[in-house]
Amino acid sequence: MAAPTPAAIDVHGLSISFPLYHGTARSLKKTVFSTVTGRMGADTRKRVVVEALRGIDLRLRPGDRLALVGGNGAGKTTLLRAMAGIYEPVEGRVRVQGSLNALVDPNLGMNPELTGRENIMLRGLYLGLSPQAIEGLAEDVANFAELTDFLDLPVRIYSSGMIVRLGFALATAVQPQVLLMDEWFLAGDASFMEKARVRLENLVRGVEILVLSSHLADIVLQWCTRALWMDQGRVKADGPPAEVLAQYLGYPVVLSETARQQADAARSP
Amino acid sequence: MDASSTHLQPSDDVVLDLSANQSWAERHREAWRDVREGMAQWRLIWTLAWLDIRLRYRGSMLGPFWLTISTGAMVFAMGLLYSLLFKLELREYIPFLALSLVLWSFVGSLVSDACIAFTSNESLIRSVRMPFTLYAARIVVRNLVVLAHNAVVVVVVYLLLWSWPGGVAALALPGMVLWLVNAVALSLLLGTICTRLHDIPPIVASVMQMAFFMSAVIWKPSQLGELEWTLAFNPFFSLLEVVRGPLMGVVPSDLILGSALAYSALLWLVTWLVFARVRGRIAFWL
Repeated sequence: MAAPTPAAIDVHGLSISFPLYHGTARSLKKTVFSTVTGRMGADTRKRVVVEALRGIDLRLRPGDRLALVGGNGAGKTTLLRAMAGIYEPVEGRVRVQGSLNALVDPNLGMNPELTGRENIMLRGLYLGLSPQAIEGLAEDVANFAELTDFLDLPVRIYSSGMIVRLGFALATAVQPQVLLMDEWFLAGDASFMEKARVRLENLVRGVEILVLSSHLADIVLQWCTRALWMDQGRVKADGPPAEVLAQYLGYPVVLSETARQQADAARSP
Repeated sequence: MDASSTHLQPSDDVVLDLSANQSWAERHREAWRDVREGMAQWRLIWTLAWLDIRLRYRGSMLGPFWLTISTGAMVFAMGLLYSLLFKLELREYIPFLALSLVLWSFVGSLVSDACIAFTSNESLIRSVRMPFTLYAARIVVRNLVVLAHNAVVVVVVYLLLWSWPGGVAALALPGMVLWLVNAVALSLLLGTICTRLHDIPPIVASVMQMAFFMSAVIWKPSQLGELEWTLAFNPFFSLLEVVRGPLMGVVPSDLILGSALAYSALLWLVTWLVFARVRGRIAFWL
């Protein structure tokens, strides 16, 4: 198989803002009036916008593992969505080369009325897999999520743990060149965590570029080679994870003892 | 098969290149790409449409054939009443009414689905980049499956009254193709506009109700007498006629045909301009 073009992410002067059409501002009446009243229209057309991202510049190449840190509403998820092509730039440019998978919604396209197998098939189709690959996907996901008896029953009757496992197994089943991951992904019930961690680490190791939005210092220190502190849609600091985390949190951070042990265990064969 | 072999391997170069302040040439290219990539997902479109139907009738014994039965009952009841009111020959009126109602129910439910083409897929649109054409085509295919179930009523009526349209019926096929292209365009257009302006769906609903009574669905065009020619200027009528006419054994006149094509071209033009202009903004409006 010919080697695919190496993955790359280039973001230049990216700004994203959301228009706020509150209440009647969104209605046809306002639009019609603002058009026919001329001068007045120019005023009413000045919409209130929320600036979610302001002038972001970013360049990522294979091997880069970027962590996005920052408080709620800092623009981390919006940046992930913009890199996934969900929100197109309001200003600036986003260029992503290579196959891409964005894990922003745990239950992406999952329909509780459908059976586990049907949901797996649907996800396979969303990912553009061939029928044979979808069969393989079903087997892999069912094994990992431990759904053997439930695979042909509607997801509606699954326990919440089973739904989490199914969502996680589906999301981590395909390996893209560029992986964009939101922090929800790292939460899960404890018994499942260890197995999930191994699977996720395998996936992360295989991707060329990782962009991860996370609050968990351990994960950022372990997985990432670079961190971006985002605040109110701007980049406040950019550099090695330990430094940026220390600036963001206000105190020096070190890898916790359990994380160190896990990392050692993973390294030794 | 081990787990790693199911991993998606990038088969070709995938490049996503998005910038603000696009030129019109770029907008056209992106819109065309959306349509092309959406259509390439026919397998997903078909599966989604089929699952929509199956879920709607989950647990019911007859499933989508309930539609067939209710349409049949409607044709029977309305046929009796209106043939009396209009003083029409029942034998002649019932096939016309069956065909008209079945075709119109496709148009009506397509239009109301089109208004929520994107708003009903909000979470999906906000978590993965997919061609918008995919959501439009899903609606069209779903309604086409329903139409196929309803078509049984027409066949049964034709069979009972033995009134077959003859070879002319084949002309309904190109008419149907025109319908499908229009249906995708209309779903894209209404889906986009209704996402931005929430007042549009009620307007569309009242226009459709008016169109039902104005477009010779339940009454025969000939009942207009001298004024029959004015119907050609009603886009709903001329488009209905390019499919209904052949299935009644009538070749549509040049005027009807010209009107249907002209209105279709206008729809495509408006859809294309609107979609190319605001495609990138739809996700922001949800």
